[in-house]
Amino acid sequence: MPLLTLHSVKKSFLTPTGERKVIVDIPHFAIEAGEQCALRGESGSGKTTFLHLIAGILSADEGSILIGNQDMAKLAESKRDRLRAESLGYIFQTFNLLQGYTCLENVLLGMSFGPGSDKKRATEVLERVGLGHRLNHYPRQLSTGQQQRVAVARALANRPKLILADEPTGNLDPSNSRESLTLIRDTCKETGASLLLVSHDPHVLSTFQSVQDFSRLNQVVQETAQ
Amino acid sequence: MSLFHIVLRNLRQHLLSTVITALSIALAGGLLMSIWIVKQQSQETFTRVNIGFDAVLGARGSKLQLVLNSIFHLEASPGNLNQTDYDYIRHHPTVKRSIPIAVGDNLKGFRIVGTLPQLFTDIEYAPHHTFSLSQGKLFDPNKKEAILGSFAAEQLNIKVGDTFHPFHGLAYDPRNQHPEEYTVTGILRASNTPADKVIWIPLHGLQTMGGHDPKAANDISAVLIQLRSPTSGFILDLMYNKQGNRLTFAWPIGAIVADLFGKIGWFDKVLTLIAYLVALVSAAGVLVAIYNSMAARSRDIAILRALGAHRRTILGTIVLEAATIGTLGMLAAFVFHFAIMATVGTIIRTQTGVLLNVWSYDRVMIWAPLAMISLCALGGLVPALKAYRADIASNLAPIS
Repeated sequence: MPLLTLHSVKKSFLTPTGERKVIVDIPHFAIEAGEQCALRGESGSGKTTFLHLIAGILSADEGSILIGNQDMAKLAESKRDRLRAESLGYIFQTFNLLQGYTCLENVLLGMSFGPGSDKKRATEVLERVGLGHRLNHYPRQLSTGQQQRVAVARALANRPKLILADEPTGNLDPSNSRESLTLIRDTCKETGASLLLVSHDPHVLSTFQSVQDFSRLNQVVQETAQ
Repeated sequence: MSLFHIVLRNLRQHLLSTVITALSIALAGGLLMSIWIVKQQSQETFTRVNIGFDAVLGARGSKLQLVLNSIFHLEASPGNLNQTDYDYIRHHPTVKRSIPIAVGDNLKGFRIVGTLPQLFTDIEYAPHHTFSLSQGKLFDPNKKEAILGSFAAEQLNIKVGDTFHPFHGLAYDPRNQHPEEYTVTGILRASNTPADKVIWIPLHGLQTMGGHDPKAANDISAVLIQLRSPTSGFILDLMYNKQGNRLTFAWPIGAIVADLFGKIGWFDKVLTLIAYLVALVSAAGVLVAIYNSMAARSRDIAILRALGAHRRTILGTIVLEAATIGTLGMLAAFVFHFAIMATVGTIIRTQTGVLLNVWSYDRVMIWAPLAMISLCALGGLVPALKAYRADIASNLAPIS
């Protein structure tokens, strides 16, 4: 049984002129447990909206988003929040670290909405990403690559079943990009988490065996392209 | 990491606005509690101050003026009574004890009051408390001797054995010095009554002071009276105030002072209203401070939501943050309150000799902080609802 299965998922938004515009229309998409999958997509293709739908940050207009046996699309918002906190890890392009919190606190905060803060576990994951010596540093005191690693540690801390990574190397230089990608993939392997990574960087995509084209997956994008 | 931890971190991140807002709450809360307590205490204390007497008999005039002049040693005397009037009242069957006083002189602004030594030996100025001397002995009624209230002695820096020349009038004017020289024989122990700020000399001494009208050498300013029973007051009230027209019988003293507070009650109300308004403005300050920071923290809120925080968690965090600012402010408000009370207490002590209990407990110390914290939490609800409704996805978008 796949870990993540999407069926006939649609999401639309109201345009400023009052028209409803469909942004995402995914007939079917699935990822197996432990699988690492990359999606190729250009900016504005709706891939972030797609990840937000899976994470329950946005609610789908229709369709089902099954994570294990729970349908994210059918859950009430508070239950979506809970499922996101417990079962998903989200790595953002801009890292989205809280600037007023130390590395350790950023990780602990992520845990607090899920299974609960566990300082030992938070320290372990930060050590795993090579930041054991920077636990009490604030994000502004870290390099971009190190900030990305904190974001990775935060996403992994709750031992999620699925990691969503939205252009995780988009803000990194080539060297950091390689390191970061290796770290994300390795740590997902170690924890058995599935990985769904979205990128438009050919170097990143070339490292994946399974790469899907988001413009083929998303019916809206296909129509627009034609 | 608890909700409270997040709140504390938010407060630290916006430290300057937190401190300023908490200070404004502290000022408002301190002011509110002080106004309330000063009002309560002064009313309670002043209506209780009668230095052991039930009534005052004096020249025809205002009862309040008579009480203020003879008990509180404020205001001018409404006039004099002659010896016959004094002899009549002191032998009246309804009167248990009577002590005459004469005023009209001062020493550097501190009133000199002529009286009998019995005031200090026979009268309980408060239940089970008679005046006592901390140093020296009582004055001899036939000599030019004086005893000083503790506050007057302290302020004038006068010791037993020192001498002084009285000045004519109730207001100090160095040109009006009397030639008589008085020797200080004793200092009274503090009684926390208006007697503490008075220089007491023999009645005869004040009556016969050089420059005073020799024809009025036997006149007195007022008679302080202890009644045999409460009904005695009705009898004398009828006799002096309703049937007579030469003298005023001020009774009961507490009710007359309470009447003063009744007359200036509007002033209390204005002060209280100002305090309430200041409190309201401070609570609005909390709303504005947090509301203004919402734009800056919208991304943080979106991140928390993306990490799994519920909308109600965000709402609770911001309301708790507002309530915490209110709590910090009200803790500091107690410092302001006691500082205000100490200052007001000193002013009242200097002006009246009456000591307010600066450290006393009042229920306002419970309800004012609770009300203020609730008001702040209510103020926090406005930005909290804004955060509650915030769209996560748009606030998570990369900043270009």
